[in-house]
Amino acid sequence: MSSVLPAVLSDLTSGSHRGVVVDSPPGAGKSTLVVNATAAMVSNGHLPLMIVAQTNEQVDDLIVRLVAALPAGVGVGRLSAQGYVAPSRIASHAQVTVGSKVADLGPVLIVIGTAAKWATLSEGTWPWAIVDEAYQMRSDMLLRIANRFDRALFVGDPGQLDPFSVVESERWTGLTWDPMQSAVAVLLRHNPDLPVHRLPVSWRLPCSAAPVVSQAFYPFSGFTSGTGEGDRRLGLSGAGAGGPLDAAVEMAADTGWALYELPARHTLRTDAEAAEACASLARRVLERGAVAYSEQARDGAPVTASRIAIGAAHRDQVAAIRSYLGDLDITVDTANRLQGREYDVTIVLHPLSGRRDATAFHLESGRLCVLTSRHRHACIVVARAGIPDLLDAHPSTEPVHLNVPVKFPDGWEANQAVMAHLDGHRVALS
Amino acid sequence: MSALTALARVSAVSSGVAQRIATVRHVHLSDRPLVFIPLALAGEANAPLAALVGSSFDSPQLLVVLQPRNRDERFAFAARLAAVFLSYVDSFRGETETVPAGRNTDPRERYVDAPQILVPNGGGVGFVRLLGRSTRFRRTEGEYAVEPSVPLLGRWLTFFAERAEYPGSSLLLNMTGALGMHWATGQSAVEDANLAALVGWIDPPDGMTGADAALEAEDPLTWPPAGPATDPTFDNEILAPAIEAGSLSRLESALRRQLEPTWELMWRGVSLLRNLPPGARVERRWAEDRDAFTGYASYVDEGGYPQARRDGAVAAAQRLARLERAQVLYDAQRAYDDPLILAEYRLTGEAFAGTVTASAPDRIDDSGKRRVLRPRVTVSSSDPVRFEPGVSVVSPARPSQTGRVVSVSPLPSGFEVVLELSGGMGRGLTAPPGSVPEVGERLTYTTLTESYQAPAAFPAREETPWTHGGPPVEYVPDDDDAVEEWS
Amino acid sequence: MTSPERLRGAAAPKSHNARTIAALTTNPGCSRRAVMDAAGIDKERLAAYVGFPARFGQSQFAITRGNVFEAQLKADGCAELLRLLREVLGLPIPQVSYDDLESVDQLDARADRSRELLTRAAGGESGTLFDHPLLRLEVGGRWVYLEPDLIALQFGGTFYVVEIKSFAVIDGQADGTKVSAAATQAAVYVLALRRLLAEAGHDPGLVSHEVVLVCPENFSNRPVATLVDVRKKLSVLERQLARMARIDPILESLSPDLTFDLRPDSSGVPQRPVAELVDGLGQIDARYSPECLANCELAFFCRHEARGTTASLGKSVREELGGVPSVDLALSLASGAVAPADDQEEAAAMLRFAAQLRSECLS
Repeated sequence: MSSVLPAVLSDLTSGSHRGVVVDSPPGAGKSTLVVNATAAMVSNGHLPLMIVAQTNEQVDDLIVRLVAALPAGVGVGRLSAQGYVAPSRIASHAQVTVGSKVADLGPVLIVIGTAAKWATLSEGTWPWAIVDEAYQMRSDMLLRIANRFDRALFVGDPGQLDPFSVVESERWTGLTWDPMQSAVAVLLRHNPDLPVHRLPVSWRLPCSAAPVVSQAFYPFSGFTSGTGEGDRRLGLSGAGAGGPLDAAVEMAADTGWALYELPARHTLRTDAEAAEACASLARRVLERGAVAYSEQARDGAPVTASRIAIGAAHRDQVAAIRSYLGDLDITVDTANRLQGREYDVTIVLHPLSGRRDATAFHLESGRLCVLTSRHRHACIVVARAGIPDLLDAHPSTEPVHLNVPVKFPDGWEANQAVMAHLDGHRVALS
Repeated sequence: MSALTALARVSAVSSGVAQRIATVRHVHLSDRPLVFIPLALAGEANAPLAALVGSSFDSPQLLVVLQPRNRDERFAFAARLAAVFLSYVDSFRGETETVPAGRNTDPRERYVDAPQILVPNGGGVGFVRLLGRSTRFRRTEGEYAVEPSVPLLGRWLTFFAERAEYPGSSLLLNMTGALGMHWATGQSAVEDANLAALVGWIDPPDGMTGADAALEAEDPLTWPPAGPATDPTFDNEILAPAIEAGSLSRLESALRRQLEPTWELMWRGVSLLRNLPPGARVERRWAEDRDAFTGYASYVDEGGYPQARRDGAVAAAQRLARLERAQVLYDAQRAYDDPLILAEYRLTGEAFAGTVTASAPDRIDDSGKRRVLRPRVTVSSSDPVRFEPGVSVVSPARPSQTGRVVSVSPLPSGFEVVLELSGGMGRGLTAPPGSVPEVGERLTYTTLTESYQAPAAFPAREETPWTHGGPPVEYVPDDDDAVEEWS
Repeated sequence: MTSPERLRGAAAPKSHNARTIAALTTNPGCSRRAVMDAAGIDKERLAAYVGFPARFGQSQFAITRGNVFEAQLKADGCAELLRLLREVLGLPIPQVSYDDLESVDQLDARADRSRELLTRAAGGESGTLFDHPLLRLEVGGRWVYLEPDLIALQFGGTFYVVEIKSFAVIDGQADGTKVSAAATQAAVYVLALRRLLAEAGHDPGLVSHEVVLVCPENFSNRPVATLVDVRKKLSVLERQLARMARIDPILESLSPDLTFDLRPDSSGVPQRPVAELVDGLGQIDARYSPECLANCELAFFCRHEARGTTASLGKSVREELGGVPSVDLALSLASGAVAPADDQEEAAAMLRFAAQLRSECLS
């Protein structure tokens, strides 16, 4: 990434472009790039700077990292909604001021807030801006904040979930400013000459996962793993009982992937057996005393509950899985909310498990991409048998709209690619 | 499709008649709706062929185009339709009422009633939209001049078509959609698009099941399609020779026979809907429709431009924001008005019903700077409660009061939920009698909210940012619009 | 094990065209349709004979409109079409030669002549418009001729497939279902053209994945051209064509006596009794969903057969009912009249709750 940052900054500050885009695959150091870019802009005097993230949590995470990286005298203003209570990790920093109006922030040269908060401002212009998670942001939100900055760096992961709406949006299809596009899509359609950089290396995904995720979800740009064979190892210090749960955990520890395959059945989406399997697998990883050896912990670090996550497509599935976890404090969440997060081991309830038919929602490539790219060591996918057949039987009848750029990868194809890979990592329950 | 609707569909199969999926009517129904059944010529983008139109069952007016491919005849059709349509619209521009100032609004006048257009199906709405598009830019003088009523009709049709996209609006309704919101049939949604089949399931003739009636309804000889597309066999065997012969009377009688069965179905649909009691918030949404009608009428009076072909960047984002706000509100309002809709949320764990088992109406929270009244109630529910502590919920029975979930604990069957209440209890430190739910009271709580959301701010059109193409060129209707072919 | 020939009987195989090949992607999970198509059985005749005729009538107005529009574009050696192509492709295309291949009589001769001209053009610089070239594509082990409609433009060595449709593009938008169908058909041509070039030793990538869709604009007869990217359609088609070659496992499960021979007797009526054909159809699993009504000639037969299933009420109905296959079972589980099997317990609990909610609200 060190090689990308100077080029990015030079494009941004050259005066010939109002915007620069940096595409970042999962775990490629997007946040680090944002922090380093900020530090560089501070030291070069490219200020005042506004920073835009999409959620309060993202804003707060970013502030913590910025404060650690910036010189002590540089103040950061946290623009927030009324009623926002700063978490202790923010409140404890004297460098950070919090306010619901710019005027309340004092003489800070860096102001950071969510896009929704920035959109409430009707005046003020910052010469420089960084927009983080720009692919999660909808075009209409960018419209509301774009007059606040002169030049901007847009950073995000193009493989994540597309923005969505609860209303019918067909009337805008084909327009270059279709408000349902991502902020990056609308930006590039109106400014096709803007430089687009790519972070080429994932520091999160192990070498067992990077090629799979890259091929399935980033077929044109591609990326590699920053770690090689032998750099990462998942050890199991406890003995297993020899059942399928252990077989799956062992398979995942050995190869980085496992498909825990339940017998084929059409189920409610809150399939109890599958939900319980997700919880049991997480528990078994703990029971087996998994230890993560990596470039960050050469002597190994125990995989604790906080280093495991379970992901699913729907909220009711999340609730069902939680109900089997008892007091275990393991993150269980939907793909939307797992975006940008990182764990040692993830367990994924496959969005197509137990279904008879696929829908666009369940096929969306971003959903599966988020779910299968959160892990540093291993990912265990839980699914009912029969997904490849379901994919083959899926009718290809989605409407095609004129003048709408085709989005790649196609969810159907990406799903095929992932299932083809998982086929070699199957632990089937008879 | 919810599981409750799915269950209603299988029940309809076994009982042979459509099942209710709403306990109240969620659309406004005018005392004097304008029923409009258009037919279009196959193969063309929007070539009117005929229409049956009128605001009472007994007096349908038949409009027919003798040569549907002839441009002049199309505009003549539009002019004749305008005569009916615009006088209907104008008839609502009489009495007004004064709406007092609101949070962000000045006091304003509003018509006490508004026009309501009823078309058979989604295709009918599409026809209204396209006819509006093909007529609203026309010039009334110079080359290709049309009757002054034609572009005016175009604007009004466009207004209604755009309003039909607005969640909860009843200004332009399609009958299959309106009926389908209230009844589940024993057939699929695809088949429900056939108005005759849908009405057949809801109200089968004596001695027939819904399935029988629906099967019969698929025969285009007995039940011609409800338009705008016609039956190909009718086109080839009856329509084509009649157009060829150039005989108006022959054409009229052929088209009348195609349209009359649908006319009857439309009015049967109206009475089926009328028999449902209206939901409590239907009138509120209709008032918004009347506001929209009043606003557009004065915009037209003031000589405003016809609606643009496509939304500009700012207009698109603003419209999306309006539609999203309306959708959220509409979902909440229907659930508040109708326990059966609310039940869909209970089934998925987004709402729960239960009985109050403990109540502490006098509880004071003194942890903050100021002592505040925060009563707590315990509700025991047999529903699968999926709320996490901290979530805010509201009961439709007490919409001004918010409950924060304090804890959810499992019972032998069901859950016990402790809620901390705020709002709806006056300003003092004692809750007025009845303002806090009492032990034994049965309530439903949901996360759906109809609370006020401030509208989002957008840049002015001329300040469209560079990310979205920059400020657009001002739209002025030009001659190109007027001469656009319609052939 | 039976064979496609035996299934079809004496009739000549119903030939595929781009539209029927495109239809392979609309319900690829249906074995019945896969077998019928692979065997080249005339589904329309079969459906009519067993009493469930398809209703895919076409209005003469629509046909006329389509023909007039196409003729207008092709008049004077495709003058208007060329103007559009220059515009949309941004190519100079100064001079273009025009080859109308429809004039060649025999199918084989026409295919040969088409191949000859097309491969010769693959290296060429000057532009050529090929009208009605005849292409071949292997579908389920049989060679299928892809007939007319197609125009291909070759310029500077790149080929573009041009698809002319008579539905309107209004203010830049068109009916997404119609565009999708047109894109799939065009993708069939792209695929066939690519294979033709590849066989002749050329790079199949010479055929663009963007096709030119020409439609009337707004409410007029004036044409407008739009580029449509068909890459997704191509990958689906390739996969489904590859799967078609694998219908053997289905054929294996069928009785060797099974046939849908519609050979007529002297009075023109098929000789085999309806009941026998219906019974035969029943031997091959269908995957009916209401969407079939718009896509398949056998749909009304299959719908009749599927009565009482939850799938016949729509995919989402079946899904919401937890995959319970029949209406009766769903209702019995909901009322508690039937004890759920082990794998139905969750669905049953949900259905009982749903039934309780409905009765609570409607009483």
